[in-house]
This record gives sequence, C-alpha cells and structure tokens, in this order.
Amino acid sequence: MRGETQDRGPKRPNGAREAEILTLLHRADAALTPGEVTERLGGGLAYSTVVTILTRMHAKDLLTRTPRGRAYAYAPVTDDAGFAARRMRTVLEERPDREAVLARFADTLSDTDADLLRHLLDPEQKPGR
Amino acid sequence: MHVAVYVPLLLCLPAPLGARPLAERCEPRLATWLLTASALVLGAASTVSLGLLAATGLLRVPQLAALGHWSAHTAQRDAPAELSVALIAGLLLGGALVTAARMLWRRARTLASAAVDAACMPTRDGLVVVDDEVPDAFAVPGLPGRVVVSTGMLDRLDRSERAVLLAHERAHLSGHHYAFVALAQLGASANPLLRPLAAAVTYTIERWADEDAAARTGDRGRVARTVGKAALAQHSRPAPPRPAGAALGILGFLGRRGPLASAGPVPRRVAALLAPPLDRHRILATTTAAVLVAATLATAEATRDLHLLLETVGVS
Repeated sequence: MRGETQDRGPKRPNGAREAEILTLLHRADAALTPGEVTERLGGGLAYSTVVTILTRMHAKDLLTRTPRGRAYAYAPVTDDAGFAARRMRTVLEERPDREAVLARFADTLSDTDADLLRHLLDPEQKPGR
Repeated sequence: MHVAVYVPLLLCLPAPLGARPLAERCEPRLATWLLTASALVLGAASTVSLGLLAATGLLRVPQLAALGHWSAHTAQRDAPAELSVALIAGLLLGGALVTAARMLWRRARTLASAAVDAACMPTRDGLVVVDDEVPDAFAVPGLPGRVVVSTGMLDRLDRSERAVLLAHERAHLSGHHYAFVALAQLGASANPLLRPLAAAVTYTIERWADEDAAARTGDRGRVARTVGKAALAQHSRPAPPRPAGAALGILGFLGRRGPLASAGPVPRRVAALLAPPLDRHRILATTTAAVLVAATLATAEATRDLHLLLETVGVS
C-alpha cells in the first residue's frame, strides 16, 4: 500500500490523491498549510493543485482548518470512526458504479417486500399486532 | 461461416430465460460460476461474431483491396454475408467495444479507489465500526478488504446475529464476489441481451454469502432471521398497523410462489434460507455447459472459415 500511495502520476484519480494527503495529515503532529503539504508530498503535485484538493476535502468535512498567517492550516477530522464514516459517504459516493462494488448486507426494501418479509419471518404473526 | 457465425448471436437470445432458473434453483456458488462464465463466454463469442461479419464487409471495399493487394471481386463472390449485414455488424461491434472498454475502465477505477479507501480505514481484524445511528453494513473490496458496520446496525443485532452478519460480509471478501459481478457486467456491457445474467449474479453472490454464513454459524434459520431483521431495520417506514394480515391474505390467496416471484432480492434470500438447501441442479448445469461449448465451437468454426476466406481472396 505504501508503495502505491507514493507513486504519483499526472492521471491519478482524485480519490487516491485525497487518500494520500489524508494519510500525510494523519501522520503529521500538527495542522499543515498547503505549502507544507506540497513540500512533504515531495514535488509530486503543484501548490495550486494541493490548495484545490485541500479546499475540496474541507468542503466534504474530511478536514478542519484554522487560519495561520495568510493561509489556512488543515488537519484531519480527529475521531477515527467519524473519519471513516465521512470517507465512505463522500469519496466513494462520487463513483457511478459504487453500488456494484460495495456488497451491502441487506438491500433496501419496497413496502410490499417489507410486508412479505415480516410474514416470512413470523408466519404466526397476528394481524393488528 | 454461413451458419456458425450466427450461432453465438442466436444463443444469446434464450440466455436471459436461463438466468432466473439458475439463480433460484441451483446451489448459489455453482450458479454464480455458471452465470458469470455464461455472460463472459457469450459476450466474447457474440463480439467475435460481429467482428468476423464486419471483416467480411471490409474485404469487399475496393479501395482497401487495392491497398492490401487482395481481390475485392473474389471477396464479393465468396462473402458469406450481405454487405448490409456486415455494415450493421460493424456498427454493433463498435458500440460493444466502446461500452465494454468504458465499463472496464470505470470499474477498475472504482475498485482501485475502494481499495485505497479500505486501506485508509482504521481497523481491527478487518472490521470498521462507524459511529452512526443509521443501520448499515457493507463490505469494501481491497487488499485486504474491510467490513464496515454502523453502530446503529450493531445495536439492533444480538451476539449471534452479529456473527452471521460478519460471516456474510467476510464471505463476500474472501470469495472475491466483486470480481464475479465485474466480469458478468463486462459481458453484459458488450452485449445488452446478457444483462439478466449479470443481474442474476448480483443476487447469487448474496445467496452464496448467506449459505457461507449459514455453514459457518451452523444455522440457516438464524441467517434468514438476521438478513430479514437487518433489512427491516434499514426500511424507513415503520410497520403499518396490520401488515401481516394484509400480507397473509395475499399469500393465502396466491400461494407461496406468487408474491415471491415478483419480490425483491431480500425476501427471496430469506425464503431460500428457510427452504431446504438447494443441490447442484444437474440438468441446468449441463444445459448451460452445453450452450457455452456450442458457442465456443461455433466461434472457432467461424474464425477458421474467415481464415479460409482470407486465403482465397489472397490476403497475405
């Protein structure tokens, strides 16, 4: 995994770049400005690209930011579970065929399906329970 | 070539009719393999057929013949298909290749981004618990993949039911079910007639994971109740005052097959788990295998015929 995230090319999907920057921010001790992020990425991305990505991630609630000097310093949203939840809701939802990739335990039900299911599970159920 | 080239195309027509019986009556693991293989083989064979037909058309274009130093006249005389057929085949071939390539590219990107997401999720034994009231649970494919469960879902399940849910989601990951879905959808994107096969695969992988969870926990009835409970927990509408009465009336009137035939995947999964386990349906499996062998042989035959035609017209 490490090798993959370090491998930067011009055609990297946005999700991968965001994940890379998130990992970097998670490993940093303090909040980082776009300049510091660019520097730590080792020249793979332009400063303006980093600013764009950080702004977008902030808009998605993946990052918090505080003013520092003329720029903002960005830090990941701290609680791990909340972070995972937000990632699932935002990054993957951009993909049109996400549902074909995520294996959901139980699909959504129509109202008739729900009734049918209640009956299947409990055939003895009395009407007007 | 006059006949063989059309065989794979014709075999795609009844394929959708076989999808449902395979999904409903055959042991789910075998059904998944058969459906995925069918979508792939028929998708590939029908695409090759379109390519062969289009090639016979190209051979007859005088300008191309002059460029390649072959005889457009002989091609015209010996061509197995009308020029219009070749033209239509060419257009369909273009469409098939473009949609298949787009599907493949898109899916590869989604799977890659899911893998990155999975790797970024903090975890203990591949399980990610998300602090969220809304009940939800799913598996994210990756290297390794992750099972994501919300606290809302965990709160609604007891200990044994949680074990069922985890066994089900882990079966998806360890069985590489996303790959079956992707390959079946690839075949269907090359040939839209095969879409019912791909749709059936998304159902049979759920059945496969259900039966896997049942084998692991040793109780099919409990798996049925857990699937139902989880689905009902996610269903936004609360139970109406007299749900069972209404359903019971319909069920009693139409019999057990009636409402289930048109029901969504969850009630069908639950019903399948409450019924005795399915065996490997010999007749269905043999028929499917025969169809796939016929498609492959016909493609080989048609390709050999095109090769002979190329030699006759003098393509070096």
